[in-house]
Amino acid sequence: MITSPLNEVVEKETAAAKPKCLRCCVAAGCLSSGSLAVKQSLQASVTEAGLQDEVHVKGVGCMGLCSQGPLVQADPDKVLYTGVTAESAPTIVSALQGAKVDLPTTDLNHPFFTLQRPIVLENSGRIDPERIEEYLVANGYQALYAAVRDMTPKDVVDAITSSGLRGRGGAGYPTGLKWALVAKTPSHQKYIVCNADEGDPGAFMDRSVLESDPHRVLEGMALAGYAVGATQGFIYVRGEYPLAISRLQTAIKQARRLGVLGSQIFESGFDFKIDLRIGAGAFVCGEETALMASIEGKRGIPRVRPPYPAESGLWGQPTLINNVETFANVAPIIRNGPDWFSSIGTGKSKGTKVFALAGKITNTGLIEVPMGTPLSTIVEVMGGGTPDGSAIKAVQTGGPSGGCIPAHKLDTPVDYESLASIGSIMGSGGMIVMDADNNMVDVARYFMEFCMEESCGKCIPCRAGTVQIHRILTKIHEGKAGQEDIETLEQLCEMVKSASLCGLGQSAPNPVLSTLRYFREDYTALLPKASEVTV
Amino acid sequence: MSVPAGVNGAGPPTGAKPHPSGDNRFKILEATMKKHQHQPDALIEVLHTAQELFGYLENDLLLHIAHSLKLPLSRVYGVATFYHFFSLKPKGKHTCVICMGTACYVKGAANLLAAIEQETGIHSGETTPDGAISLLTARCLGACGIAPANVYDGSVAGNQSTDDVLNRVKEWRNNDNIATK
Repeated sequence: MITSPLNEVVEKETAAAKPKCLRCCVAAGCLSSGSLAVKQSLQASVTEAGLQDEVHVKGVGCMGLCSQGPLVQADPDKVLYTGVTAESAPTIVSALQGAKVDLPTTDLNHPFFTLQRPIVLENSGRIDPERIEEYLVANGYQALYAAVRDMTPKDVVDAITSSGLRGRGGAGYPTGLKWALVAKTPSHQKYIVCNADEGDPGAFMDRSVLESDPHRVLEGMALAGYAVGATQGFIYVRGEYPLAISRLQTAIKQARRLGVLGSQIFESGFDFKIDLRIGAGAFVCGEETALMASIEGKRGIPRVRPPYPAESGLWGQPTLINNVETFANVAPIIRNGPDWFSSIGTGKSKGTKVFALAGKITNTGLIEVPMGTPLSTIVEVMGGGTPDGSAIKAVQTGGPSGGCIPAHKLDTPVDYESLASIGSIMGSGGMIVMDADNNMVDVARYFMEFCMEESCGKCIPCRAGTVQIHRILTKIHEGKAGQEDIETLEQLCEMVKSASLCGLGQSAPNPVLSTLRYFREDYTALLPKASEVTV
Repeated sequence: MSVPAGVNGAGPPTGAKPHPSGDNRFKILEATMKKHQHQPDALIEVLHTAQELFGYLENDLLLHIAHSLKLPLSRVYGVATFYHFFSLKPKGKHTCVICMGTACYVKGAANLLAAIEQETGIHSGETTPDGAISLLTARCLGACGIAPANVYDGSVAGNQSTDDVLNRVKEWRNNDNIATK
């Protein structure tokens, strides 16, 4: 362990630790099922039983199994209680004293838990996200300390490069290359931007990381700032995530108080400041140039690249943009070394990926697995298949920019190249399971409606093309289309894909193209039979 | 930091005059703009605060912000209408947000929306003529673990059925009727 001025805080915190702990999830999923009342009830029961010196009740971030919340984990008994209510909470406290109780629990030896490899989520569900002290006990800010004291900025860039980390926002651009480019662009002012505008419907990884372990993201951004020579960072977070916003505000305040953000961090010459920018509900702002326009207080409209943000970004200055999960990987890489990180995953996709499992799946929630894990392991073994045991029809990855993967392709490993080769994308990590009840034309139309409404309107292929694609899909869905409409649809999709300005338009046809490729029968079944067609 | 308003006898930047209505909320808004040194870049933050204070962004308010940040009204109006979060019309007493994220959608969110649309006679984005209920849809609440999820008056409820939604609307109406009596 590295000696840092923060050791005092760590020692104090460790000394105050109690032998037993009840961890109650207070992330958004469990909160909406009433976990705050559960936590209060647990606290009251502990006090009533006179156990306040022995049992620590704390609110923690996401424990993964969101569908069975509110969740409470008892330590050191290693029992995870599911569906806890304020009424059942006192029983948990008596179980902690050795009483035999009959409460719903879940098997922690289930593959859902055992096949995970937590790096990004290592502290999630373990530490109180509103206390910097707990993050420090979990080796927090040590990577930053080591970097600013013992490493040159170039060392940090090199470590990220050789770790093989790639952007977790979707495209998978090598993070080290991006950092090196910003680092070598000369400027008196550079910026770090964290893209927390998690717009893909059905994806909630970034929300969870921000709500469960906000300091990890701040530390990653500060390391990036040191590496590329930036002194100001912005986190652009969705307005739809009020809890994540408030936890980030708390975290930034605490970090400043302890001097891990601000000027002359750890008595070095490095200054770094982070401000929040709250998004106002525009999907296109996930695109980096649109996001920067929004930070500048303008309409979130993308512009032509190049110049890339690394050369000319916020207010024309070199800007490094990475998403939440990418920054969350940085501190562990610096702490454990790049070789450790590159030993996980596949040849071209290193490390782990967090996925949000949702839709028609038994174990809905958040998982983190090594890159290269087959889709079938994720949805069938870990996710437990569909709740009613029916067959999985498709798995949708990548949201409105991704595609639908059919059941017979579920042996595909999750890495950037494999997913692209079957017409989908890694995306940010949303994974929606669908069964026979879900008609693929309807699904394609749903995503096209989304893109149509979210198109910023700047370039014609996207603005007009998405409307026309949606119109044809509606026509097919209503059974009014002919074979020629499907051909037009395919042509139109190719045109929008190749001619649109930004990622939104370029990827908008993906759900249509992938469903046409794998589920053509859903389309043709909706065409009027030849005998019904009047010539 | 910029020179605080009033120092050197310069007064606050032009346009930042107190609003003639004397409404106290304008003072809070002014404080937000001052915090951002009346930078045009802070427009979105200022609009967030304004909507929080006033509930929605009426024309007079947009004009006031435009003057204070020295921005053309077209720019302020353009930004306010670009983002879904900003509303230029007043909201109803109660709001119901139906999440239309993918996870909610594949679990039947469209049926929930259809049910409440039929019950209230309004579409998404509208408010009932009596100003009682506003109906909205969300792109994704990120509460996919408890899909389908809705937000009733700011609190999220998971695993919703059409009955749950309709009961909530009835509850609102009953309570309001009692209150008015």
